[in-house]
Amino acid sequence: MDSTAAAQNADHPEAPLAHVADARVLVAVFAALIVLTGITVAVSYFDFGVFNLLVALAVATLKAGLVAAWFMHLRYESGLHLFIFLAGVAFLSLFLLLAMLDSVQYHPDIQTWEQRK
Amino acid sequence: MTESSPHGEGSNHAVSPHAHLAHHFDTPGQQYDSARLGMWIFLLTEILFFGGLFCAYAVYRANRPEVFLDGHRFLDKPLGAANTVVLLFSSLTMALAVRASQLDRRKVLVCLLAVTVLCATVFLGVKAVEYKHKWDHRMVPGQARIEAWFSRGPKDVTPGNEFRPDEAYVKEHLEKAGYGNLDKEGLARAVKNLSTFMSIYFCLTALHALHVAVGIGVMVWLLVGAARGRFGKSYFTPVDLAGLYWHLVDLIWIYLFPLLYLIH
Amino acid sequence: MSTAASTPAKNYLNDPQGLRSWLLTRDHKRIGLAFLVLIALALALGAAFALLIRTELAFPGPTIVSSGHAYNRLFTLHGTIMIFLFILPSIPAALGNFMLPLMLGARDVAFPRLNLASLYFYAFGMLFFLLVLAFGGIDTGWTFYAPYSTGTAGPVLLAFLGVFILGFSSIFTGINFIVTIHTMRPPGMGWFRMPLFLWSLYGTAIIQVLATPVLAITVALLAAERIFGIGIFDPALDGDPILFQHFFWFYSHPAVYIMILPAMGVISEVLSVFSRKHIFGYRFIAYSSLGIALIGFLVWGHHMFVSGQSPLLGMIFSALTFAVAIPSAIKVFNWLATMYKGSITLAPPMCFAIVFIMLFGIGGLTGLFLGSLAINVHVHDTAFVVAHFHYTMLGGALMGFLAGLYYWWPKITGRMYSLAMGQVTAVVIFVGFNFTYFPQFIIGSRGMPRRYFDYTKLLDQHPEFTFYQMVSTAGGFLFVGGLVLVAFTLLRSLWNGKPAPANPWGAATLEWQTSSPPPHENPPAPPVVGDCYDFEGFEFDETIGTYVKTP
Repeated sequence: MDSTAAAQNADHPEAPLAHVADARVLVAVFAALIVLTGITVAVSYFDFGVFNLLVALAVATLKAGLVAAWFMHLRYESGLHLFIFLAGVAFLSLFLLLAMLDSVQYHPDIQTWEQRK
Repeated sequence: MTESSPHGEGSNHAVSPHAHLAHHFDTPGQQYDSARLGMWIFLLTEILFFGGLFCAYAVYRANRPEVFLDGHRFLDKPLGAANTVVLLFSSLTMALAVRASQLDRRKVLVCLLAVTVLCATVFLGVKAVEYKHKWDHRMVPGQARIEAWFSRGPKDVTPGNEFRPDEAYVKEHLEKAGYGNLDKEGLARAVKNLSTFMSIYFCLTALHALHVAVGIGVMVWLLVGAARGRFGKSYFTPVDLAGLYWHLVDLIWIYLFPLLYLIH
Repeated sequence: MSTAASTPAKNYLNDPQGLRSWLLTRDHKRIGLAFLVLIALALALGAAFALLIRTELAFPGPTIVSSGHAYNRLFTLHGTIMIFLFILPSIPAALGNFMLPLMLGARDVAFPRLNLASLYFYAFGMLFFLLVLAFGGIDTGWTFYAPYSTGTAGPVLLAFLGVFILGFSSIFTGINFIVTIHTMRPPGMGWFRMPLFLWSLYGTAIIQVLATPVLAITVALLAAERIFGIGIFDPALDGDPILFQHFFWFYSHPAVYIMILPAMGVISEVLSVFSRKHIFGYRFIAYSSLGIALIGFLVWGHHMFVSGQSPLLGMIFSALTFAVAIPSAIKVFNWLATMYKGSITLAPPMCFAIVFIMLFGIGGLTGLFLGSLAINVHVHDTAFVVAHFHYTMLGGALMGFLAGLYYWWPKITGRMYSLAMGQVTAVVIFVGFNFTYFPQFIIGSRGMPRRYFDYTKLLDQHPEFTFYQMVSTAGGFLFVGGLVLVAFTLLRSLWNGKPAPANPWGAATLEWQTSSPPPHENPPAPPVVGDCYDFEGFEFDETIGTYVKTP
């Protein structure tokens, strides 16, 4: 019920089980990844204050998106796999957010204690 | 279930997909879909597994930014960047390998898998170089303990003062980075911060390197199978699944590299 | 397909034969049975420790242990064995593995070899814990709080490794179940025609794959801290012990939903069959399984209200904790509505299902007390908490497991047990359980701390504690006696029990359409999959001793 359309034809011996990637597209994605890597390294030599982290994460996420969409074929498949991937990221974010929120809240108490030592 | 073929490229035209069909599946499509879905769920568990470490990173970064301000200066940016390029390239070759297996191109598949293994080994080699560098300057967490197991290292190690990096090296490195002259107190604080940073750095990169090593093992197994003509149009699932795993390893490094090496 | 009341000559138990065929089996039925045997052993071991604890607590001063240190090891082993080796795998790995493919009319789970791996990982995890026992046990509590766990003596690393390995067993089961339910349903069985037991296994599997990896990284970090002295959690090394608790409870709270969801699934099946009535509110129950799984990830901080967690997060988690009770309540109301005006048969599975509703009801409601910040400050770390989680885990998950065991025993073994004895065990267990744990609510709310072996100093203020503890101990022995009686009743059926028909209970789910025990090769699903809660046309045929569906 959740198979890709291609897989449903798979009783046909010649029909492909899955989408076959185009080699040129893969190489193009790789080139983009290298360019982005170059950008992120170059940007690291400048100081944008609080945006340092955001820029780095944004570039990393873009790279991750390229890998996921083309290398991992998410672009060509049923939405279930994308959903699973995003669900993992969502739960991880939930964990990160709440743990960070908590630690940011109680950290001043720790600092006070450390200063008093 | 290996099949040899009279054709030059080792194609599997002679064998129907049903030869690979496990008894509990109805169609090859169902089998393939199940395998992919199972692999994606496994990747999900890996995301959550590494995610715990990223959470520790995030919490420390939010509360002790100075740990990261100092720490990343001791990492070799060019080496890290080189490793990133190598890993990205290996991801490309892996994706192309999956494609080759889908198109029955046995020789191309074997070559691409071999290149992927080579790149992965280079990655580990570079990591080994980096780790050795840290070891030489006594910046590995638990180094004193490890040395004690082999009856080496300083004799006056007590809990709390175990992390004893090469102070001259630390001082010189930080002063070059523009910290000015560090007094004893400043140096002590820098060492404490460095200890935390190195703990996080080693946990993250060592776990990642372990996954790379496992990946190499899997790909060598694939290489052997590919050389024997096991994979082709009707059965390329193991190559596909290993590819997914390898791309995830790459994904994790895509985040690790800037978060550890680049941000300040 | 045999409906005659005689054990089929060839079934999954004797076909194929030989030790090798069992050790390398990919048959989900054999794997489920192997799990059943192992978790029963774990239950016995955990119960033995429970009785030691109860004996110690019956009298105020030191009774059978002379130091808190020794007592710490008792409750740590009790907790770790019961949680990791018994309750977590119990229903999914033993009953779920057996029934899931049969309920889907499938030939096996999606990844049979992964299933076998799950079994072996479980066995290895069990071995590691036995080693921990052999090396004198650990005193950290099952919660392994840092920095104590990273510094204390004892085979703590073995325990961490054991937990890590058991985590994989759990993850493999979860992956298998999710994929099987997604891709191997028969034609005609859409999501909303699946038995509710499968919905509950699906929700459980989601939690297994999302939460367990975080436990894995937690024990890995603890191990690294213990071995290499890295400072992630230890404040002396600049670490954060509250971060440890966030890590630990992010898994361990959803873990309790891994324990209860499958039990709730069993209850949905049993109540419907033994009320001869269609389950009420199918979609509500199905969605609530997912709801519990998902909201269950949002409440872990309610274990940390007094840990140093910030008040802001305390409030957030408290509010979300109240929310998580809602889907559970929805299930209870639907179950009661199912029973209303039903034609009730008090077969042993049904007795345990009713016991479940009563005990889990109490357990769940007391969870609301604990979720309330102001009350939590008073009852945290008291016997109140102990009573709460035993009412939910034992009164809930264990009762569900026993209900499922009594329900599916004829299918698994091909034998009928004594129904009268089964009913007796339900009464003994119900009475024993309440005598054990209800007093603990009382003394807990009056200040009796948990994990204390010597409460002599509390007797000035609360002289009644001794009485309640003694009642609790008496109840404990009665309760464990009831469990022994369950084992006796079921095991005796293997010698003296009548051969079980294919469908002794008149259920409409697919596993009852094959013989008891099933053959090695699962039968295919029927061409038309009907409503699995429609009991119209099921008549008990006296001549062959089973229910048959008259067309």
